[in-house]
Amino acid sequence: MSNQDIIVEVNEVSMMFRLYKEQVKDLKGYLIKKLKREISYEEFYALNDISFQIQRGQSFGIVGVNGSGKSTLLKIIAGVMKPTKGNVCIHGKVAPMIELGAGFDFDLTARENVFLNGAILGYDKEMLKERFDEIIEFAELGQFVDVPIKNFSSGMVTRLGFSIATIVQPDILIVDEILAVGDYRFQEKCEDRINAMLEQGTTLLLVSHNMDQVKRMCKNGVLLSHGNNLVCGTIGEVCERYESL
Amino acid sequence: MNFTGLKKYMPLLKELIRRDVKIKYRRSFLGFLWSVLNPLGMMVIMTIVFSNVFRSDIKNFPVYLMCGQLIFNFFNEATSMSLSSIIGNAGLISKVYVPKYFFPVSRVCSSFVNLLTSFVALVIVIVVTRTPISWTVIFAVFPVIYVLLFSIGVGMFLSAITVSFRDMIHLYGVVLTAVMYLTPIFYPITMLPTEGTLGKVAMIVKGNPITNFVEMLRTTVLGQEIPSLWQHVKCLTPCVLALIIGAYVFKKLQDDFILKL
Repeated sequence: MSNQDIIVEVNEVSMMFRLYKEQVKDLKGYLIKKLKREISYEEFYALNDISFQIQRGQSFGIVGVNGSGKSTLLKIIAGVMKPTKGNVCIHGKVAPMIELGAGFDFDLTARENVFLNGAILGYDKEMLKERFDEIIEFAELGQFVDVPIKNFSSGMVTRLGFSIATIVQPDILIVDEILAVGDYRFQEKCEDRINAMLEQGTTLLLVSHNMDQVKRMCKNGVLLSHGNNLVCGTIGEVCERYESL
Repeated sequence: MNFTGLKKYMPLLKELIRRDVKIKYRRSFLGFLWSVLNPLGMMVIMTIVFSNVFRSDIKNFPVYLMCGQLIFNFFNEATSMSLSSIIGNAGLISKVYVPKYFFPVSRVCSSFVNLLTSFVALVIVIVVTRTPISWTVIFAVFPVIYVLLFSIGVGMFLSAITVSFRDMIHLYGVVLTAVMYLTPIFYPITMLPTEGTLGKVAMIVKGNPITNFVEMLRTTVLGQEIPSLWQHVKCLTPCVLALIIGAYVFKKLQDDFILKL
């Protein structure tokens, strides 16, 4: 397989957090502690030497129990965090859906938020204007376009977030647990849209605790446990190992 | 700082500014008009206080006062808003990648929109008090741009520092009060004695960058003169320094923001 077909490369990524025993948040406390050399912390590796590659057009699942480092890994791939060691190479445009509507301002209306959130995701304004109706229609918010979203139900906010994030076809779609919210019908609608993107060559990175969903949507995957890479291979192998944990 | 994404994210800067401006006066009856009414009201009160109680003998006090007020209030609002811009957008920063310097810069820019609107108040005062002005007022763009650049530098510095030292939120209010009295907003700079302890204060007042911006604005509006080269040097130097230090500190600290938010 040629090198060009690899869209995400994760090379020996480690992420270390410092766990301070005492929270020092002011200057005075910091100076006193520093002078007494009492600033102590434990090093905590949320990710430990993780390496894998994802091929273009592949759907890739990341599984593991709570606290195994899944979200940290996604944040590093999305460029939100920089790893302590190692690096990540991305060859394409990423649409992160780590949390839907992360950039929403709850005082603004749905209409204003479409443009604000679209800009945060790096989308073109003209395109947003053109496809505005489509966004609202998919989110099923027809009559609430000019209502501040603080008055929305959480389902409505999620629908709007999903609708904006998926309006363009990204090279890589990162999905973190977001399909767990929303009603059954909307979940199906989201899945259909993601599947349509996959057919057109989008690469999917999915984090989920719903094993059926992972098995259904992904072909390959990686199992993380305490920041270590346990298995990396086909989704069958990964799930089998996960269930035997 | 990575400026390569600048073009891609330029619309975001516009949207962030638009949001700040919209939110500020949302649900108030007079809305954006407050940007004009606010400085006017302040000016009226301070003029009454200073021309009756303290018997200030500054010629054309309303315009003199307003020049100082507009510049200082902009600096005040812009820097205190950018101070909390990174912690205020914690939710966003920890979930999506966006160039982080956009947050302080957009806050300064939205205050700048406010400043430009407030200039309407200055025009009103000039017309009402029948202040003679000449074509030199077009040079007023210089102090306005200088104070913008200076505020961006200071704003970046403050927003980055505040993430690890939250004390800045409380400390900066005190600093701003000091800066206000160290700027000749309602007193003439000539009032300060040049010798003794107060002479040192006068030195600080003269070295205060805000003083220089205000003085340059007054030169163009009240003095009806073109600002001298020396004035430009005195204004531009703090701007460049603030931008370099602000950008450097911000760049140095920005990767750790997410760990401390």
